[in-house]
Amino acid sequence: MAKVKGAIVVDSETCKGCEICIPVCPENVIRMTPQVNRKGYHYAYMENPEACTGCTNCGIVCPDRAISVYRVKVS
Amino acid sequence: MELLDIIKPENKVFSKTEAMTDTCLSYCPGCGHGTAHNLAMEVVAEMGIIQDTIGVAPVGCSVLAYDFMNIDMTQAAHGRAPAVATAISRLWPEKYVFTYQGDGDLAAIGTAETIHACNRGENIVIIFVNNGIYGMTGGQMAPTTLKGMKSSTSPFGRQEELTGAPIKMTELVANLPGVYYATRQAVHTHKHARKAKKALKKAFENTRLHKGISFVEIVSNCNSGWKMSPLESNVWLEENMLAYYPLGDIKVNGKLKK
Repeated sequence: MAKVKGAIVVDSETCKGCEICIPVCPENVIRMTPQVNRKGYHYAYMENPEACTGCTNCGIVCPDRAISVYRVKVS
Repeated sequence: MELLDIIKPENKVFSKTEAMTDTCLSYCPGCGHGTAHNLAMEVVAEMGIIQDTIGVAPVGCSVLAYDFMNIDMTQAAHGRAPAVATAISRLWPEKYVFTYQGDGDLAAIGTAETIHACNRGENIVIIFVNNGIYGMTGGQMAPTTLKGMKSSTSPFGRQEELTGAPIKMTELVANLPGVYYATRQAVHTHKHARKAKKALKKAFENTRLHKGISFVEIVSNCNSGWKMSPLESNVWLEENMLAYYPLGDIKVNGKLKK
């Protein structure tokens, strides 16, 4: 079991669906939703949330800072 | 552990910095400008100098930077941002002054202002976002457009015999005595973005120490201008732009790196 667990929260209205966060995720957590936001962009979501480690890679490459990252240590 | 147990304010490790406004960025999806804006403002927030930083926005895609950055900003005539920043930093020597310019602004119409500000060694930070094209006006050829690269004014690719070779601004200004720090970074992956953030931090630290010009070039994509998807443009950037514009420090602490 992983020692840290993470989660991301995507601001669905700010996300422009550029998909840059997908290849930088080492755990392959992020996918794009089939539905679109008000601007017509598909937005990011956690496909397999249990794998997220909260490494912040997705956050730092997000041009619109639509991703907030949370992380906890699990004993 | 449930997701709601993780998503709590005390567990937050990353979110948008307070030095950026809530205005939605006007850039195309996947544009490096957004990352560069955020990294610069994260550095400003981490250094605790939001109240003491003055930015100069250029003409170009980033002309609306004053709407996005939650600091004092002004806007200069096309290419004249280093001249305006010179005035601000001379009148307020204790402030952190930076310009944020694109390649059409800094390397074309503003070459004279850039080179002379660098030669005088003004105490400012120049953030130079190089995407090899005039993005805002419709993808025309810029001085930094690569050889053979297609743009709306070079539909058969840039020809060197007609328009010269792409200009390497950072190498050019690094040779000037007033430049204390010159580096080239990228922001298309997490590794590059973290390195770019360190470089920006170093640049603002140099301003604190009144060392002179810190010139930070950020090689970026322009997926609309290059007519590619954001991910394709990042691959193209890695294969072509970075081959001609190699990343790394060019001048550190006033000494050229061999």
